[in-house]
Amino acid sequence: MELIVALGIGVLVASGVWLILRPRTYQVIIGLSLLSYAVNLLIFGMGRLRENAAPVVEAGAVIDASQYTDPLPQALVLTAIVISFATTALFLVVLLASRGLTGTDHVDGREPGS
Amino acid sequence: MSVGLHHLIIVPILLPLLAGAVMLLLEERRRRIKAGLNLLVTLAQVGVAALLLRQVHGGNPEIGVYLLGNWPAPFGIVLVLDRLSALLLLLASVLALASLLFALARWHRAGPHFHPLFQFLLVGINGAFLTGDLFNLFVFFEVMLAASYGLVLHGSGTTRVKAGLHYIAVNLASSLLFLIGVALIYGVTGTLNMADLANRLTQVAPEDLGLLRAGFAILGVAFLVKAGMWPLCFWLPTTYAAASAPAAALFSIMSKVGVYAILRLGLLLFGDGSDAAGFGSSWLLYGGLLTIGFGAIAVLASQDLSRLAGYNVLISSGTLLAALGVADLAITAGALFYLLSSTLAISAFFLLIELAERGRRPGADILAVTMEAFGEPEEEPLDSEEEVGIAIPATMAILGLSFLLCALLLAGLPPLSGFIGKFVLLDAVLRTHGTANATAWVLLAVIILSGLAVVIAMTRAGIRTFWGPLERSVPRVRLIEITPIGLLLLLCVALTVQAGPVMRYLQDTAAALHSPQGYIEGVLSAPRAGQGGET
Repeated sequence: MELIVALGIGVLVASGVWLILRPRTYQVIIGLSLLSYAVNLLIFGMGRLRENAAPVVEAGAVIDASQYTDPLPQALVLTAIVISFATTALFLVVLLASRGLTGTDHVDGREPGS
Repeated sequence: MSVGLHHLIIVPILLPLLAGAVMLLLEERRRRIKAGLNLLVTLAQVGVAALLLRQVHGGNPEIGVYLLGNWPAPFGIVLVLDRLSALLLLLASVLALASLLFALARWHRAGPHFHPLFQFLLVGINGAFLTGDLFNLFVFFEVMLAASYGLVLHGSGTTRVKAGLHYIAVNLASSLLFLIGVALIYGVTGTLNMADLANRLTQVAPEDLGLLRAGFAILGVAFLVKAGMWPLCFWLPTTYAAASAPAAALFSIMSKVGVYAILRLGLLLFGDGSDAAGFGSSWLLYGGLLTIGFGAIAVLASQDLSRLAGYNVLISSGTLLAALGVADLAITAGALFYLLSSTLAISAFFLLIELAERGRRPGADILAVTMEAFGEPEEEPLDSEEEVGIAIPATMAILGLSFLLCALLLAGLPPLSGFIGKFVLLDAVLRTHGTANATAWVLLAVIILSGLAVVIAMTRAGIRTFWGPLERSVPRVRLIEITPIGLLLLLCVALTVQAGPVMRYLQDTAAALHSPQGYIEGVLSAPRAGQGGET
């Protein structure tokens, strides 16, 4: 499972980096989204990958910590998802404004050579 | 510390948050109420920051810890107030007051939601200064950045949207780096609390050290993007030049938030006593030197006043980073003095530029057009408001004098505080490294030469702006616009006159930063409310 997750993160980062280096704003925003997915998976992985382990402790029960998975990265991922979702939405608005004002979807606001 | 004073620590975060939320609910047409509320809240923040500063300056206790949700320290999120954060809180609130006063004259009418964004930006800045938790720091960085995205675009126009697009893309990417760094650090150490992290750093297994260092390095890159170290800084001058004057004036503290994070974490985790002492410090030193060099060449090359100010931000950041790279007690104190003086001066300069260029810049027309397009026709007559501000006499003389003061401060020439900051810095460099150290001389030479470059650039810009054009129209400057500039410059003069007490405070600050044991113990042994302790 580690290998699959690692490969998944690697592919997402590679595609994301390639896309944010592209000249079109839409490619940049998709690249940033892919990168943020990869980062979220990484944060999740940093709590160690466990199968069939609950993050939430039952109240009153005797706790054996080895039976549970680390809940903190899951909480962090949740926060990170919300934040990156909001900032991506904000970027999308600016992207549209830029398209409307400059008439091109190039990141510099003008076509190369013009 | 009494209960009331204890809760004061969280006020710099809650107050702007609530005010911003309330202002979002108010209609855009109620601009006068929003402006009044904003002014009131910003004034209150200056007061709170001053109270907090007095509290830690008394030294009893030296740090204040606020346990959010009353969870004990390594498990819950903590807010930590020490000398450094109290000082920067005060600096941020003073800058906010100045830019707000400036904006009240006309800029706050240039687009929607200026006032809420302004307060949310303060939430982020204050929170970043106060938090004692790495992930919380990320959250406050994001709050700050999200608000700043809005403020960069305030006033709209093609230039701003283009610059804003780059700014947002760069900062989104660097936020992701921030998260990767935090995740790696958590994966290795299992904690996000900064004080706890400093303790656990010694217990990390040797085979994990590489991963941990990679995490810190990635985190450092994220901070350096904010601080504007070369070659991560190309977004900064463009964005600051494109932003409206009051926004740019407030942004000048934002690059200092990056510097603050490096200063805090660097000295807490890799201070003099720890195993990994001096981790990354040579990167900071040489990166800082390159930044100063780049900034110095760029100020000489820039034709535009606002780009000139943007590159001055880079020189200031570079000087601070290089000084932090040396990581010595006396140098840190000098660097903090330089930070105060340069931030105030750059802020004043951003405001001044807008006034000086108002007479001739086509941007002023754009502003007028956007305000026309934006303002509703049935709005209360603006003319009456225009008359509220009293036009000041001898406009050009006052603007010229302010420009001269800014130039002196930024270049670090006597007799103002810019000189004192640089002098203390260089004196400390020579004294700790001796006169036979090549690095010390390089640092000395680069800082002095950058001062020379700033003098040349500012003189040229001043001549062109104030003496050159004969036919230019004298800009109409209202009292409320010149007051904040005067306020900031007066603070610099006060820093010069009161340099002794300020330096003593800063030396205490630096001493506390260089022996972080007090901070660590203070955070980890903070009593929960309702149990033991004074409460």
